[in-house]
Amino acid sequence: MVLKNEADLKEDADVKLLENNGVFCTWFDKIWNWGRARSFWPLNYSCNCCPIEMLVAGGAPRFDIARYGYEVFRASPRQADLLVLAGPVTLKMAPVVRRVWLQMAEPKWVLAMGNCAISGGPFRDGYSVLPGGDSILPIDVYVPGCPVRPEALFHGMLELKAKVEGKR
Amino acid sequence: MSAEKATHQLPTDHYIVNVGPQHPSTHGGAHLQTVLDGEIIVDTVVKLGYVHRSVEKIAESKTFTQFIPYTARLDYLSGCLPPLAYTQAVEKLLDIFPTERAEYIRIIMAEFSRISSHLLCIGSLALDLGATTACIYCVRDREQIMDMFEMVGGQRLLLSFLRVGGVSHDLPENFYPAARRFIKELPKMIDEYHAVITGNEILQRRLKGVGRLSTEDALAYGVTGPNLRASGFDYDIRRDDPYGIYDRFKFEVPIDSGGDAWARYLVRVEELVQSARIIEQALDSLPEGDICAKTPRLLKAPENQDVYHHIESSKGELGFYIVGAAGKDKPHRLHVRAPSFINLQVLPMICRGAKFQDLITNIATLDPVLGEADR
Ligand code: SF4
Repeated sequence: MVLKNEADLKEDADVKLLENNGVFCTWFDKIWNWGRARSFWPLNYSCNCCPIEMLVAGGAPRFDIARYGYEVFRASPRQADLLVLAGPVTLKMAPVVRRVWLQMAEPKWVLAMGNCAISGGPFRDGYSVLPGGDSILPIDVYVPGCPVRPEALFHGMLELKAKVEGKR
Repeated sequence: MSAEKATHQLPTDHYIVNVGPQHPSTHGGAHLQTVLDGEIIVDTVVKLGYVHRSVEKIAESKTFTQFIPYTARLDYLSGCLPPLAYTQAVEKLLDIFPTERAEYIRIIMAEFSRISSHLLCIGSLALDLGATTACIYCVRDREQIMDMFEMVGGQRLLLSFLRVGGVSHDLPENFYPAARRFIKELPKMIDEYHAVITGNEILQRRLKGVGRLSTEDALAYGVTGPNLRASGFDYDIRRDDPYGIYDRFKFEVPIDSGGDAWARYLVRVEELVQSARIIEQALDSLPEGDICAKTPRLLKAPENQDVYHHIESSKGELGFYIVGAAGKDKPHRLHVRAPSFINLQVLPMICRGAKFQDLITNIATLDPVLGEADR
């Protein structure tokens, strides 16, 4: 029995037989992603005003990030799997962010928070700001706002959850 | 030879520990290169520029009004204090006088900004020292101020509703009860902070006697704001060189002669009370009238002239130096005297000879905002 994709899994007669007898068939990736998407460990990276909203989103009892399971903010890139790229990527910060991202273990995701990280935002005209974080990092989700509200950050994280689970 | 003596005679090398640029306790992107001898700090090299967004240069290509939101993004913790300094500097340059009601609204929002900044400073100090619960109390209460900001300016964090000559919106009806409630509840909140932070013996031991800054050194380095007042020098621009309408309000300037991290913390807590006093008086005497003076649509500097205007920001003396060119609607050159940058200079000095863990205490109580230090 060779299963090529998820559709095969649903249609295969053997699998149906197993499922009828209480045996559950799935893919390893699916189970892992199910777990990963429900407990991102965001990296505590901060560069400007948006991280303050991130701190509030993670620390204020009103917002309660823990209901989604994303409350474990890590200071070390080795322990994190989600880089919330908040704030402008300045020329001096760019190699640092890139290195921080390289230090993170796979699988990892990047969420661009705020206009600065998306396109340079208000500082786009400046001589020392990159026009967006996507020129150095692969970005999965963009959350616009200046600053991004905590609710918007949650929405971005839930979009990322859908992406990790393969629903986007 | 005893074991103690033997270790004492072991030759030790200095080694370097890098704190930052990606480090939660540096409050943004600062790089602290710490030279250590064992656990003792020999020297700290503060490397800045990671948040340098060329704001001063951008100012030269924006009109006076367009630049107001950028000022809010300098010191992003204290809402409308930097826009206040900037708009007042422009008013000085263009000879515009804001209306009476606008002055009161500005003072009310400026003092709320100061409270929110100090709350976050106290909270993150506790967080950096490991007291996560204490931080949550401060952030919880700060949310009430964020709500008020949102009512007034439509944004939670960076309030840019100040304009040259006044403000852009009047205070909404539901602002007054919210403000009164906050003022009424503040003493209770401060009691809670005293219970969870001031009364915590671990925090006391980590703050008392740490990072002592003498009055002479503070003056020599140009330290201002709560850090200077915690070193025992009685100077507050709101009282000593009143701008706006601060001369109409009664308030005290809290000072502490300790000069250590503990004193810097206590001065900030005391300033919360005084800010609340100012807000209460301003709310009581808020006059009716226009919220913005009649200004031309395009603001132009009348002559070649430079102005400097400073205010007492939550971090210290925040000044805007604007060089205006006759007939131009943009500043020819703009410079920000950023208190965070200047206060940060004393960090190597107060850390020298201290334990490594005191570095975090010192940077948290100096309360720099890197966005403002790097500009
Ligand atoms: S998007 Fe706006 S709020 Fe966020 S870091 Fe940039 S300037 Fe600050």
